[in-house]
Amino acid sequence: MHSSTLLIVLLGLMAFAYHFGRKRAISTAGGVARISTLHSLPAYYGLYAALWAGIPALLLMGLWIGFQNEILISIVKSELPPAILDGMSSGQIGLVVNDIKNLASGAIVSGAVTPEMQAAADRYTQLDHIARWAMWLAVLALAVGGMAYAWAKTKPTMRARNRVETIFMVILVIFSSIAILTTLGIILSVLFESLRFFQSVSPLDFFFGTLWSPQTALRADQVGASGAFGAVPLFTGTLMVSAIAMLVAVPIGLMSAIYLSEYAPRNVRAYAKPTLEVLAGVPTVVYGFFAALTVAPVIRELGMSMGLNVASESALAAGLVMGIMIIPFVSSLSEDVINAVPQAMRDGSYALGATQSETIRRVIIPAALPGIVGGILLAVSRAIGETMIVVMAAGLAANMTANPLDSVTTVTVQIVTLLTGDQEFDSPKTMAAFALGLTLFVVTLTLNVIALQIVRKYREQYE
Amino acid sequence: MNNARAAGAPPQRTIDIVNASLKRRYAKERRFRLLGASAVVLGLLFVALLFADIVGKGYTAFQQTYIQMPITFDASVIDPEGTRSPETLQRANYAALIRQGQREIFPDVKDRRATRTLASMISVGSASHLRDMVIADPDLIGTTREVWLLADDDIDMLVKGHIDRSAPESDRRVKDQTVGWVERLESEGRIEKRFNTIFFTHGTSREPELAGIAGALMGSFYTLALTLLFSFPIGVGAALYLEEFAPKNRWTDLIEVNINNLAAVPSIVFGLLGLAVFIGIFGVPRSTPLVAALVLSLMTLPTIIIASRAALKSVPPSIREAALGVGASPLQTQLHHVLPLAMPGMLTGTIIGMAQALGETAPLLMIGMIAFIVDIPSGFTSPSTVLPVQIFLWADSPERAFVERTSAAIMVLLAFLILMNLTAVLLRRRFERRW
Repeated sequence: MHSSTLLIVLLGLMAFAYHFGRKRAISTAGGVARISTLHSLPAYYGLYAALWAGIPALLLMGLWIGFQNEILISIVKSELPPAILDGMSSGQIGLVVNDIKNLASGAIVSGAVTPEMQAAADRYTQLDHIARWAMWLAVLALAVGGMAYAWAKTKPTMRARNRVETIFMVILVIFSSIAILTTLGIILSVLFESLRFFQSVSPLDFFFGTLWSPQTALRADQVGASGAFGAVPLFTGTLMVSAIAMLVAVPIGLMSAIYLSEYAPRNVRAYAKPTLEVLAGVPTVVYGFFAALTVAPVIRELGMSMGLNVASESALAAGLVMGIMIIPFVSSLSEDVINAVPQAMRDGSYALGATQSETIRRVIIPAALPGIVGGILLAVSRAIGETMIVVMAAGLAANMTANPLDSVTTVTVQIVTLLTGDQEFDSPKTMAAFALGLTLFVVTLTLNVIALQIVRKYREQYE
Repeated sequence: MNNARAAGAPPQRTIDIVNASLKRRYAKERRFRLLGASAVVLGLLFVALLFADIVGKGYTAFQQTYIQMPITFDASVIDPEGTRSPETLQRANYAALIRQGQREIFPDVKDRRATRTLASMISVGSASHLRDMVIADPDLIGTTREVWLLADDDIDMLVKGHIDRSAPESDRRVKDQTVGWVERLESEGRIEKRFNTIFFTHGTSREPELAGIAGALMGSFYTLALTLLFSFPIGVGAALYLEEFAPKNRWTDLIEVNINNLAAVPSIVFGLLGLAVFIGIFGVPRSTPLVAALVLSLMTLPTIIIASRAALKSVPPSIREAALGVGASPLQTQLHHVLPLAMPGMLTGTIIGMAQALGETAPLLMIGMIAFIVDIPSGFTSPSTVLPVQIFLWADSPERAFVERTSAAIMVLLAFLILMNLTAVLLRRRFERRW
């Protein structure tokens, strides 16, 4: 009895309700001949019935699926012999609950299976079974009930279209608020975990500490496992990789934007522009692979031949490839801005006898500068938040160095390393990832807001 | 000019100064232009380099080395009691048959260690291949056949030339002895490269020669289907409301700024959201297409909303006025007249959003898609991985054979992305209307 089957059954019921609501409307009007006495088209009565059948039932189903597990677990937990849970921390209790669930689903459990656990697992399976059946019954009953309500309400004077349209509008409003809910969700989820992190590690240590070694001790006397959370090396690493990326992307991107918008013949532009934009469509994991397996070894060998000591996961390789990725971003944003500069300004400059390059450098670029800066800021925020390239091509060691040939680590790399693999949800190690995420979010958001503001102001200026 | 005057020379005309500087200025112009052109060329070069690198590394993965072996389906090994019962056939020692075949080709190899090296030339999956053959056709028992068996990844690399045979022996994964055997097999015509079907029909594996992308492809398919199901209606609905119905007030302004900003939030932050909210609070099972689709839907929504709003904006107001004029309600106007006209633009935006979702990796690492899953996923809630994550995992593997497989998987991923983007471009060309 899968819940997706129920969903399909429900959709079938809605289709049935539509058909039957339509029929009902026509018959209450007194047949097809007197259909004009209906307030709305028959189809709206059908939709009305379908919505009544579907929406309440779907809501109930969503709630049920959301809360069933919690409720079942609390029942099973309350029925466990109290001796088992005595003196356990909340983490250990979570482990026991997990074991019970795994046992019930037939997966591997962490410890030995005691008879109590087996009993609890059986109880869980039994409750789960009951709950599923109850859900089917309740949801279907509600659907049929809704249909019956619509049936009773349907009469020629009912303003079915207006009601259906109101429901549609409500749905549209809910859809458009999802963007807000997403932002809220992001802020709350990172903020909440970060606050818990800052209870165990002071924000001062986090933002100004220069030692990053997030491994927390398994044993109290372990060496080098004190768990230092000073994020400055991560910030410098991120800055270095992003700076290298911008050094590659800004000149190439800007110059190609200038060339494509001012110089290139039409047919060159028609092919070169989409080809350059291919770079923006390539998944970042591909760049990561390219950086780690092609660019990094090349740089290493070049460095060795010049007698330099290059780390195999150098910041240079990651930064170079990230720069390549960002080229089309810079170029298309600057091209938009350059194209927005009014033709009159160009004409004025030519009329004074300036060459094309002089016009570009003395007139167009200064006029377009705010927009270009905005675009570059957006590109920087992109570079800071880029993950896969650095995960694959930059290192894990948190070095504070100004040497681009050294290995550095970035904020995003650390988030990924802290959150993949074995994790306990309560350890400061896991929560540190959320604190880093919060920092990342705030920084990129600020950059975006500033950049969008600049771009918007600039656009207004020439409109 | 001032210097010239100070020297008491006759006053120069402006045109002379201009003419004198022209050569320098034109040279500057040419340099600037060349700089621009070389930036474009450099950019195009990067595109070419990237693709050439991937294709050059990966095209060999579409072929796989097989070794021909005489296999005697010895009844005393497979089914000594002659029951032909499925359990017996299932459990028989097929590896022994392969060793027997090897003894026939290389009767001179007696040494235990050498025999073991010899056995390691054949993939560990070959025994189960023989088992499947016998189960499919029990009449094979008692006969001798020449069977093509999958070679181990090291042999595959050697045959494809990825391992340099002239390098000193200590630098090579494959030793001289094995190289000698392979050369002998090659001269006897017992080594062949065939189209690599395993790559397209199997899930991942620790053994490169047995690893395929079928599991990841199915995972990507389920994830993308759900993402489309979630994000298309919501994106179009939100765009419709914001563009056509929403009053212009602070709230809608906030939503608008918010959508623009969401489009630029680093993808990894969405992964944190998925981990904390979908997995942590709502208890959506980890590593499933369902949770991946939820996260990716939130990520693609801004793209779809922005594209859909642009499409709605391009529908001329006369259409709306005409519909309203003949008595359609505002919603009817939108659903019956404006939306169908804006649909091509919306679909284009959606396809581009889906292409982004298909290539996205970072947020999926957070929500457990990096689990090692061999089985091909069968539904929206079965544990799975997706193509880009599979690429990431393989890229981390030390075996040389995984490099070409990773590149091949990237080629498949890029092929899908190009296909999607081409569809979007064609859709735009075909249905774009200028009013």
